[in-house]
Amino acid sequence: MGTLTMAPAAERDAGRLRRNWRRLMRVMAAHAVLITLSIVFLLPFVWMVTTSLKTVDVLNAFPVVWFPEKITFSNYLDGLQVFPFARYFVNTMVICALSMLGAVLSSSFIAYGLACIEWPGRNVVFVALLATMMIPFYVTMVPLFSLFREMGWTNTYLPLIVPHFFGGPFFVFLLRQFFRGIPKDLLDAARVDGAGELRIYARIVLPLAKPALSAVALFQFLAAWGDLLGPLIYLSDSDMYTLSLGLTYYSTQYSTQFGPLMAASTVILVPVIVLFFFAQRTFIQGITLTGVKG
Amino acid sequence: MRSRKRRRDLMWGLVFTSPAIIGLLWFTAYPVLASLYYSFTSYTMVGPPKWIGWANYADLLTDQVWWSSLWNTVYIVVWSVPLGIVAALGLALLLNMGVGGRSVYRTVFYLPTIVPAVASAVLWMYIFDPQYGLLNDALAKVGVAGPGWLSDPGWAKPALIVMSAWGVGNLMVIMLAGLQEVPATLQEQASTDGAGVLSRFRHVTLPYVSPHMLFALVTGLIGGFQFFTPVFVMTGGTGNPAGSTLVSGLYLYQNAFQYFKVGYASAIAWMLFALVAAITVATFRLVGRRVYYGGR
Repeated sequence: MGTLTMAPAAERDAGRLRRNWRRLMRVMAAHAVLITLSIVFLLPFVWMVTTSLKTVDVLNAFPVVWFPEKITFSNYLDGLQVFPFARYFVNTMVICALSMLGAVLSSSFIAYGLACIEWPGRNVVFVALLATMMIPFYVTMVPLFSLFREMGWTNTYLPLIVPHFFGGPFFVFLLRQFFRGIPKDLLDAARVDGAGELRIYARIVLPLAKPALSAVALFQFLAAWGDLLGPLIYLSDSDMYTLSLGLTYYSTQYSTQFGPLMAASTVILVPVIVLFFFAQRTFIQGITLTGVKG
Repeated sequence: MRSRKRRRDLMWGLVFTSPAIIGLLWFTAYPVLASLYYSFTSYTMVGPPKWIGWANYADLLTDQVWWSSLWNTVYIVVWSVPLGIVAALGLALLLNMGVGGRSVYRTVFYLPTIVPAVASAVLWMYIFDPQYGLLNDALAKVGVAGPGWLSDPGWAKPALIVMSAWGVGNLMVIMLAGLQEVPATLQEQASTDGAGVLSRFRHVTLPYVSPHMLFALVTGLIGGFQFFTPVFVMTGGTGNPAGSTLVSGLYLYQNAFQYFKVGYASAIAWMLFALVAAITVATFRLVGRRVYYGGR
C-alpha cells in the first residue's frame, strides 16, 4: 500500500527533474549560441582597436597577428598629421549641436500643434507630413542643392542645419505619439487657469516629454555625426570638412595605411559609444516608440 | 464664445505647425516639382534648363550602365533584406527564451548599428582585405581559402551583404518588441494542447510578429534602394571592381555631381522612385493581407 502511494510522487519528482534538466540544457544551449554570436558581433570592434595600436612591422606581418604584444600610439599621431582631427571634430560638433537644437525645438513645437490643440486642419498637416516620409532623399537632393547654391549657401553649414529647424517627419511622428499620452485634462486645467498655448507648451508639455525629447536629440546627433552625403555635396573647402567626410577622402588617398585609418575610425566611434552607454535606455525606448505601433 | 475658441484654436494650430508647413513647401514640394521638371530637361546647373521632353527617359532605357546599376541594387536588396529579417527574428527569439544577461546580449547586437557609416565602411574594407584582413585569416584557420571580396567583381556584392548583416540590431529590437506582445497564456495553452515548438512558432509567435516583419520588409526595401555611403567610401566613389558595386544611388550621384547631367540624374531619381513605389504597393497587396493585426 505504502509503495503504491509513493510511486506517483516519485514519478512526479522524476518528471520535474527531467523537465528542469531539459530546461537547463535549453538555456545552456541558448547561452552557447548567444556567446558565439556575441563574439562574432564584437570581433570587428576588437579588430579596429587592436589594429590602431599595432606597429608597422606587426601591421605588415603575415600571417596576421591578432593581438600585438607591443602596442604603440603612433598611428594616432600619424593619423592626426594628415587628418586635422581637432578641426574636423569641432566642425562636426557645431553641425551636430545646431541641428539637434533645431530638431528638438521644431519637432516638439509642431507635434504640440498636432497633438495638443484640436483644430480642423491638423490631420491634413499630419498626413502631408507622413507622406513626405515616402519621398526618398535622392529625389529632392539635386533641386535642393541647386536651390541652396543659388542662395549662396554652398560651402557653408546652413544647408546641413537650417532644414532641421522646420521639423523632420520622423521626429514629429515620434513626439506626437508621446504628446498624445499626456492627459488632456492637465492641459485643459492650465487653459482654464488662463495659461496661453505657448506657456503650456514650454512649461507643461516640454518638461513632461524629456525622455522623448532626448530620444530625438540622440537620433539627430547620430544622424549628423555619421552623415556623409550632406557634407559631401555641400562642403568644398577642406577646412570645413566633417569627420566623416575627412575620413572618406583620407581613406581614398591612403587606402592601404590601415593603422592610421583604424585610429581615425576609432576616434570617430568613441564619442558615439560613450553616448550610447550613458543613454542606452533612451535609445531602445526611442526605437520601440517609433516601431510599428500606430 | 464657442466660435471664438474655435478660431483661437485654429490660429494656434497654424502657428504651431507653421514650421512644418513652410518646411513642406520649401524642402519637399518645391524640390519634388523641380526634380520632375528637370527630368524633362537638359540642365548642367550653369545656364537655364532646356526642355527636351522624354529624351532622358529614352536614353535611360538604352543605358547599359543604368541597367547594371539597377541589377546591382536589386541583387543587394533581394539578399540583404530577407537575410536581415530572418537574422533579426532569430536573435530576438534567442533573447526571448528567458536566458539571463539578456540586456547584455541585446547591447552587444545593437552596438554595430550606432557605428558611423564611414567608420564602419573603412573598418570593413580592412576586414575584407584579401591578405591582411580578419575575415580571410579567420577562414584560413578553418581551412577555407577566402575570395578577394571587394577586389573580386563576383564577390564584392556578397561582401556588402555580409557587412549589412552586422547592422541587424535595429530590426532585432523591433522584433523583440513584437515577441513581447505574444500573450504568455496563449503559448501555455498551445503547449498543453500538445503543439510542438515549430507549430507554436508558426501559429502563435509568427502572427504576432508579422506586422513587425512587414514593417522591416517595407523599410528595408525603401532603404535598400537608397544604399550609398558604404559603396561610396569603399570604392572611392567609383562602384568598382568592374562596376560590380555601382548601385543606383551612386550612379545618380555621379551623374548629378561629377558629370553635371542634372536632368539625367533627375530622370534616374524618378525611375527609381516609381519602381520603389510599385514594389511597395505590390508588397502590401501580396503580404499585407497575411499580416495579423488582432494583437491590438
